[in-house]
Amino acid sequence: MLDQPIPSPPGTASPHRVFDAQQPERLSRAFADIREGVERWRLAWALARSDIRNRYRGSVLGPLWLTLSTAIMLLAMGFLYSRLFKLELANYLPWLAVSLILWNMISQVVGEACTCLTSAEGVVQRFPLPYSLYAIRSVMRNMLIAAHNLPLIAIVLLIFGVAPGWGLLLLPFGLLLFTINALSVSLLLGMICARFRDVGPIMGSIVQIAFFVTPIIWKPELIGEHSALLLLNPFHAVLESLRAPIIEHGGNAYAWLSACIYTLILAGISGAFFVRFRDRLAFWV
Amino acid sequence: MTLISLQNVAIEFPLYHFGARSLKKRLLARLKTDDSNRIVVAALRDLNIEIRSGERVGLVGHNGAGKSTLLRTMAGIYAPVAGRLEVQGSIGSLIDPSAGIDPEGTGIENIRLHCLYRGLEREATDAFIEEVSAFSGLGEFLDVPVRGYSAGMSVRLSFAMATAMTPEVLLMDEWFLAGDADFMATAEARMTSLVGGAKILVLASHDHNILRRWCSRIIRLDRGRIVADGPVEDVLGPAAMPQAVA
Repeated sequence: MLDQPIPSPPGTASPHRVFDAQQPERLSRAFADIREGVERWRLAWALARSDIRNRYRGSVLGPLWLTLSTAIMLLAMGFLYSRLFKLELANYLPWLAVSLILWNMISQVVGEACTCLTSAEGVVQRFPLPYSLYAIRSVMRNMLIAAHNLPLIAIVLLIFGVAPGWGLLLLPFGLLLFTINALSVSLLLGMICARFRDVGPIMGSIVQIAFFVTPIIWKPELIGEHSALLLLNPFHAVLESLRAPIIEHGGNAYAWLSACIYTLILAGISGAFFVRFRDRLAFWV
Repeated sequence: MTLISLQNVAIEFPLYHFGARSLKKRLLARLKTDDSNRIVVAALRDLNIEIRSGERVGLVGHNGAGKSTLLRTMAGIYAPVAGRLEVQGSIGSLIDPSAGIDPEGTGIENIRLHCLYRGLEREATDAFIEEVSAFSGLGEFLDVPVRGYSAGMSVRLSFAMATAMTPEVLLMDEWFLAGDADFMATAEARMTSLVGGAKILVLASHDHNILRRWCSRIIRLDRGRIVADGPVEDVLGPAAMPQAVA
């Protein structure tokens, strides 16, 4: 029966879709989009996997090249900056390893957020898929790539005998905050960059600057009493919610509070944009 | 009850990445500025269409008349800026055969991906893969990346995937009926049964032979408006000459 297509499965209710420009019901449709995007995570996962495969096609080590280059960078910077800052290597290198690897993940998420919708143009214009799916795909891809660096953190902590301690119990919460932020920023920047093509390069510069003003290669103690100002840096807040559970025994309450507040603000802005402009996205990309 | 209903539907494409002034100089009839002073192209204007179960509708019109836009609007990709759109029934859109194909992935990987795009469950996926593998006749080439396929092989894979399941509403661009003669011979029977199984067909085409053959009603679009809507003979005129259709 080669020429017979599979009939539509019997008994399944046929979908009913109504769109009225007078009553667009943007809020409920935006929520439905996000719910459907999450429900279809297996598609996002498959796309994220194939993105990674395509990016490293033909390379022997694949994403492990990233691990290798991070390892070399850690060695070089670890020795150099521990001398510059006059810190013990055993004190500095674990800090640098955790900070740098987490930062790489954050900057990748932000950088690729800008193209998460425009790069899927061909699909957006042809399949009525939930837009949140593309944000989930981008975040999954970057978390998966970052996971290749996890062994480095473990190795450095082992070599220098740094035990994370009970603070590690906060890590799931930190990951939750990170995931919410990553999804929000992907959706928000994905939309803005689809509409305004200049925003991508601008974000690139912002992330570059953030790398230097956020304590990654330097420690907050080095700026003395000014370290309270770090609470104003949202990158620091998000980084800290992942870093503190691993090497700072959970960190301090203010940092967590600021991380929660930034997460709420970002998710709020992103959600508001999404509700308002979701219908326009097919025309923007 | 399968149904497509459009009431006063309008679609406008914003033109963001062009200079507004140079475009204004052209003063094309379809360019206008909307409330917030953006240049927009009115792709569809004030459309009223009701298609009920059992109807076979052909869309005709010049390039840029709005045929593809109308198909995509029915598929739920574009949201109208005005009017009301109602679609009851599962939608199958045969609009762009290559959409969603990952050239680096193998044939099988692409079939799996396609199932995920369609949101199929596990059992349905297995049946789908079996069906597509058999119909495409690609055999061991299914384990080769699609990038290495010849044009004909890609077409067979896309066609097999796109036509593997019968939807209630079938939205089709003419590509699917305009393959080379060799390919059409194998695709013919499947196309017939796909169209026969669907409750509603909307087909955009330039080819009057195809339209006369598949459709019972023709809607003619011009610059985003409906200029004629009725039985095939009324809109396209009486068939010129009975001739064998490939």
